[in-house]
Amino acid sequence: MHERTKPQRVLLAKVGLDGHDRGIKVVARGLRDAGFHVIYAGLWQSIEAVVQATQEEDVDWLGVSILNGAHMTLIPQLLDELHRRGLTDVGVIVGGIIREGDQKKLKEMGVQACFGSGASINSIVDFLSSCGNR
Amino acid sequence: MDCLAPRGILSELDSTCDRLFERWLGWERILAFSADRQEEAGMEQTAVQKQFSNTTVSGEPVNALYTSDLLKGFEPELELGLPGHFPYTRGIHESMYRDRLWTMRQFAGFGRPADTNRRFRFLLAQRQTGLSTAFDLPTLMGLDSDDLRSAGEVGRLGVAMDTVDDMLELFEQINLERTSVSMTINAPAIVIMAFYLAAARTRGFDWRQLRGTIQNDILKEFHAQNEVVYPPEPSVRLVVDLIEFCTRQAPKWNTVSISGYHIREAGSTASQELAFTLADGCHYVRECLKRKMKVDEFAPRLSFFFNAHNDLFEEVAKYRAARSLWAELMRDEFGAQSEASCKLRFHAQTAGCTLQAQQPQVNLIRVAYQALAAVLGGCQSLHTNSMDETLALPSEHAATLALRTQQVLAYETGVTNTVDPLGGSYFVESFTRRMKDEARGYFRALADQGGMIAAIENGYFRREIAEAAFAQQRAIDAEQRLIVGVNAFQQAEDEPIPIMEIDPAIETAQVKSLRRIKGTRSADGVRRSLDELRKAADDRSNVLPALVEAADERATVQECTQALADVFGRFRPSASW
Repeated sequence: MHERTKPQRVLLAKVGLDGHDRGIKVVARGLRDAGFHVIYAGLWQSIEAVVQATQEEDVDWLGVSILNGAHMTLIPQLLDELHRRGLTDVGVIVGGIIREGDQKKLKEMGVQACFGSGASINSIVDFLSSCGNR
Repeated sequence: MDCLAPRGILSELDSTCDRLFERWLGWERILAFSADRQEEAGMEQTAVQKQFSNTTVSGEPVNALYTSDLLKGFEPELELGLPGHFPYTRGIHESMYRDRLWTMRQFAGFGRPADTNRRFRFLLAQRQTGLSTAFDLPTLMGLDSDDLRSAGEVGRLGVAMDTVDDMLELFEQINLERTSVSMTINAPAIVIMAFYLAAARTRGFDWRQLRGTIQNDILKEFHAQNEVVYPPEPSVRLVVDLIEFCTRQAPKWNTVSISGYHIREAGSTASQELAFTLADGCHYVRECLKRKMKVDEFAPRLSFFFNAHNDLFEEVAKYRAARSLWAELMRDEFGAQSEASCKLRFHAQTAGCTLQAQQPQVNLIRVAYQALAAVLGGCQSLHTNSMDETLALPSEHAATLALRTQQVLAYETGVTNTVDPLGGSYFVESFTRRMKDEARGYFRALADQGGMIAAIENGYFRREIAEAAFAQQRAIDAEQRLIVGVNAFQQAEDEPIPIMEIDPAIETAQVKSLRRIKGTRSADGVRRSLDELRKAADDRSNVLPALVEAADERATVQECTQALADVFGRFRPSASW
C-alpha cells in the first residue's frame, strides 16, 4: 500500500492593478481537479496582503499572475517580503506575460517557475507534483 | 453473399487487404517522408493526424454540409432585407465598402503623452484613418501616477494621464475636428471625457464638430474585464450622464462603445459575446429612457465593439445576427423610429487571446484571417493586433505590419467589391439564425434572474464566462483543438522578434511633472470644483459640467474619481472562480 500524500496547498493571487483573471481562474480549477487544495485571493492584492495570506493559510505554493508588465517591480518586492517573514520554504510560481530575459532574472531571484500563455494545465500540475510537498 | 462459398469471400478479402496494405504502405512512406522533413526543419512530429473536432471555436457542432433543408421557412426579404435596410442583417449601408472603406483604427498608447503623440502622428503619416487611445492601468483605475498603487504601471500598458495638460500634450498638432479619436476608458470615462472636452475648448475646437468614440461601457467591466471603481448602479448612472451630456453638446460623438470584445477575451463563446453585449446595450437604453431622453435622439450614437476570433464563419454569423437582433430590439422593444437608431455600427478588433508567444510571426497569419472575418461581417472600423502583443506592447515595425494587413485586405483582395458576399450561403444563414436563437435564450435567462444588475450581483456572467474559458483550455490540453506552435507543430527554437521596451524613467518623469502641476495650480480652485462635483453627484444632476470645470482647474484623474467615490462608494469584484 502506498501512503496517501497530503494534498499540496496552493495560494493563487493577482497583485497590482491588473484585472486579467481568465488564466488564473482556469489554473485554479485545473489544480483543484488535479487534487490540489486551492485558495484564490482575487484581484488587486497588495504584496503585504498576499504574504499575510501565504502565512495564515500555510501553503506550499504561491502562484502570482501578472499580465501588465509590472512583474519586475512587484515580484522582487514579494520575494523580499516572503524572505523578511521567514517564508522561504514556500515555492513561488509566476504566470502571465513574462519575456524570456525577465524569466531568467526572476528565477535567479528565487522564483521556481514561470508559465506563459500557451502553458497547459498539465505542465503546471506536473511541475508542482515533481517538486513534491514543500 | 453466399455463405457456402467462403473461398470466394476470402479471396475477395485477400485482394481488399492487398489494396489496403498497398495504401497503408503508401501512407507510411508519405508520413516517414514528412517526418524526415519535419526533423530536418527542427520540428517534432505532433498530433498532425488527429481528427478535427467538427465544432466551431465556441464548441458549436458543425454539419459536413448545409442545404436548403436546414433553412426551412427562410424568407430572405424578411430575415435579411437588403443592405442598408431593416433589419440590416446584410449591412448598414447599401453599398458598404464600395463607397467608404472601414476606418483603420489601430489602438496605441504608451509612456508619457508626448511619446504617444509621436506614435499617433506616425500612424497618421502611414495613412491610418482614425486614432485610438490606450490609457495606462492607473488611469483606467482612476489613479494618479504618483499613487503608491501605480508603482511599476505608469505608462506601461497605455499612456499615462493625470491632468488636462496631459490631454493637451497627447493631441498636440492633431486637428480634433478633422480626426476621429477613440478613447478606451470605462470606470473613469466621464472624467477623461471632461478632460477631452476641456482640452478641445482650450484649443478652440467646437464641441459640436468633435468626432470620435469613448468606450464608456462599464457593464462588461463587471462581467469580464474588472476595471471597476463604483458599485454597478452609480457606475451605470455615470454612463448615462455622459450619453445625456454629449447627445446635447457633442452630437457627433459616439457616447458608448458597447463591447463584447472583452467578454470574449475573458473566455466566453461567440453566442455569449453576442447575447451579453446586446443585453448591456438594452440596459443602457432602458436607463436613458428612464431619464426621459428620447430614443431617437441618443440611440444613433450608441456604437458596438466586437471580437474577431479565429472561426471565420462563426464570426461572420455573429456580426450578422447582432445587426438584425439589435434592429428588432430597437424598433419593437424601444419604439425607435429613425433608421439610425436601428443600425448597429461596430468596431472590431482581432482576438488578443488567440495570439501566441510561440512562433510569434505566425500571429500575423491569424490576424489576417480574423480581419477577413470582420470585413466579411461588415465592420465599420477595425484594429488588427500586432504579432508581438503576447510579448510586449507593439514595436513600430509590428504595428506597421498590422496596419498593412488591413491595407492588403482593403486594396488587394477584392473583398470590398460586393456587399455581404456570404449572404445566402446555407451555412452562414443557418448559423446566423442559430446565433440569434441562442442570444434570445440568454436574454430569457437574464430576465428570469431579475435583469442586468441582479445577474451581475449573483455572479451569473462571471460564472458563465469562466465555465466556457475552462472548457476551451481543457480542449486545448486534450489536443481536441490544435494551436499552431502551442500543442502542435512546435519548433525547438522560436525566431526572436524585436520587442519594445518601456523605459522605467518614464514613470519618474511623469510623477515629477504631476507634482509640478500640483504645485502651481490654484488649490482653492481645485477644492471648490471638487466640492461642486460631489454636490452634483449627490443631488443626481449630471456631473459632466462640474467635471469640465474641475479639469480646467487641473484637478487630477484620481481627485475627480475619488470625489465621486466619496458619494458612490467603491466596489471590489468577488474572488469566486
